[in-house]
Amino acid sequence: MSGNSIKLHYEIPAEDFSIAGEASSNVKRILSQLGINPVIIKKAAISMYEAEMNAVIHAGGGTADIDISQEKIVVKISDNGPGIEDVDLAMQEGYSTAPDNIRELGFGAGMGLPNMKRYSDEITIDTEVGKGTTVTMVVYIR
Amino acid sequence: MKLREIISILEAEVLAGGENLDLNILSACGADLMSDVMAFVKDSVLLLTGLVNPQVVRTAEMMDIKVIVFVRGKNPGQNIIDLANEKGITILATKYPMFIACGKLYSSGLTGRGG
Repeated sequence: MSGNSIKLHYEIPAEDFSIAGEASSNVKRILSQLGINPVIIKKAAISMYEAEMNAVIHAGGGTADIDISQEKIVVKISDNGPGIEDVDLAMQEGYSTAPDNIRELGFGAGMGLPNMKRYSDEITIDTEVGKGTTVTMVVYIR
Repeated sequence: MKLREIISILEAEVLAGGENLDLNILSACGADLMSDVMAFVKDSVLLLTGLVNPQVVRTAEMMDIKVIVFVRGKNPGQNIIDLANEKGITILATKYPMFIACGKLYSSGLTGRGG
């Protein structure tokens, strides 16, 4: 990877909970193949998985773009969903707008964004109500 | 605690994996909310859950959790078992409910303080 970075792109399908998480799973496997420290991989995988699930749950799917360089892993999840009205509120543990059918899947506990913040070294949330949301997370490798 | 002891204590059925009965488990997490599972990272964790869907296996995969126990006699579908086999995750099923299953493991020494 000297000097170069690896760029990955995935489409996140809408409302298909049987394959939701497939993109995160692929990225985790690639990070393992690159020989990155498992602790770092877990941080990136959990952050991405929560963001991927959010796109499936709230936004009718979206896209995932991953950029892996020697220094860091950048995960960008974008959707054209409803946007987040109050980001500060959404960042609070336990706050959730997920419907009951999502809670039955074991999600919608109001831990998604807090978990992304917990496991990524940097997180940027760019959101506009009615337009969509882009969450960019950085996990440093060294 | 070795996987073989866990299977014995929970009188569990092995539905996927289970090749390495000497696998050492240091800690356990009992939860039906997968985001709660992801909020608490420890190593060599066993996940006990009453939730039965493919996202349980996904969550375990992201967390490097090698063993899932479905409690209260719940039987996962073939799609869940297939996904677990693909990911190298062991799936156990016990007839004990969550509280009893956790209590049995805890009182047998799996207190979570070791990992």
